Amino acid sequence: MTARETEIATYNFAYLDEQTKRMIRRAILKGIAIPGYQVPFASREMPMPYGWGTGGVQVTASIIGPDDVLKVIDQGADDTTNAVSIRAFFKKVANVAVTTETAKATIIQTRHRIPEHPLNTGQVLVFQVPIPEPLRFLEPRETETRKMHALEEYGLMHVKLYEDIARHGRIATTYAYPVKIEGRYVMDPSPTPKFDNPKMHRSPALQLFGAGREKRIYAVPPFTEVVSLDFEDHPFEVQTFDQPCALCAAENVHLDEVILDDHGGHMFVCSDTDHCEKRRADGHRGSLAPETHLALEKTEPAQ
Amino acid sequence: MDIATRSIEGGFAEPVFNAQTVFRATMDAMARPGSIQALPPLAHPPAPLSATAGAMALALCDNDTPVWLDPRLQAEASVKAWLSFHTGAPSANTPADAHFAIVANPAEMAALDGFSQGTQEYPDRSTTLILLIDDLASGPSLQLEGPGIEKTAMIAPVGMPRHFVEQWKQNNQRFPRGVDIILAAPGSLACLPRTTRIKTMEA
Repeated sequence: MTARETEIATYNFAYLDEQTKRMIRRAILKGIAIPGYQVPFASREMPMPYGWGTGGVQVTASIIGPDDVLKVIDQGADDTTNAVSIRAFFKKVANVAVTTETAKATIIQTRHRIPEHPLNTGQVLVFQVPIPEPLRFLEPRETETRKMHALEEYGLMHVKLYEDIARHGRIATTYAYPVKIEGRYVMDPSPTPKFDNPKMHRSPALQLFGAGREKRIYAVPPFTEVVSLDFEDHPFEVQTFDQPCALCAAENVHLDEVILDDHGGHMFVCSDTDHCEKRRADGHRGSLAPETHLALEKTEPAQ
Repeated sequence: MDIATRSIEGGFAEPVFNAQTVFRATMDAMARPGSIQALPPLAHPPAPLSATAGAMALALCDNDTPVWLDPRLQAEASVKAWLSFHTGAPSANTPADAHFAIVANPAEMAALDGFSQGTQEYPDRSTTLILLIDDLASGPSLQLEGPGIEKTAMIAPVGMPRHFVEQWKQNNQRFPRGVDIILAAPGSLACLPRTTRIKTMEA
């Protein structure tokens, strides 16, 4: 037996014990049956701190099987700390294949972005959620917010959006923009930029949301109505960028600002690194792109 | 075979991976109502509990989930013994206490509103019904729409509960409360979550 096999055998497959998985799996089924409703679950301590995606990790651990291909992104990037460590975690405890390519993944765990590449039927998107309750900053008492959801009393949320308009002349909420699911539950789409809200609407992929510290799981099944809240005279609109990605010249994608020096120099680049690398591999060049060819990271097979 | 043997044998050969396979098929079926998910016979419970429904119980039930059995299953001591040996699930005294209800004879089952519907605050505290169905394709067709369905979906389960379309409409109207149904057929399964609407039923 090699050292690696010994390491894996120390844990149950995918880290969680079977009773925990069953409990989470039951919560996921209820979440799918009641789209947008936050199902309480007995969140476990994970070997990472709260705020690092313990909810998403527990959801992924409960659904993942040996044949899955996992992609993990953090603000759209495959190569940032959170994404790298969660990917390494599942490689170690579940020995699954991992990838950075959106189209090849069966499960995509994400922190605050939806990939630019369109998702397809059969893919599962797992969101890491810090505060699942969209009404929490308006009403701190759980007993009250629960009653508001029960009575479908969402007037307060519209007041909040209206106050934005009164103060700023437009709805100033740019991320965690509240959505209404199938005309019933108001839901926090997790702190994704509102740019991604339209992608949730009638998405062919199943979307699962896990909040570890707050102990809630919720879901949006495929082909489900996801409507961003707005007003007739102030309709919902997404962010627009006045320049394309500086590396791959992509337009109509979400861009991150990158500071280049301490003299105010900056560039806007795709937040979805996989999308950007693919475009550059296809020969697209932005204004600041290096001419050298980028070596694409390939799918790593299971050991 | 005596009852002790029948109640101990027939569990998952590989508990971790088999449970994941069963759950994933159930999750996909719940997320895409009306889609039929194949499920090989991974569990071998005593009759009249079927392999599909038995596997479902092993994957989802444990000591946190009271299970209610319909009279046909209740009459078979080895089924109760098998379920409690493999899952540790307590038996629910009434349908309204059940987290899961396993029904071997859906055609004569009690009304859907007799099961736990959850509350308006906690609609997740409702019963999930596992109905044993002979076949998902040769009964009266049900045209489905709702979340998880791109346009419409069609299933045709045999031997559904009496006045099912009318009962299901009432179940829809109770939303967010209501029951969810897993249809367990030999070698396959399909789900009807409470959001799914049945459009028409041809005879």
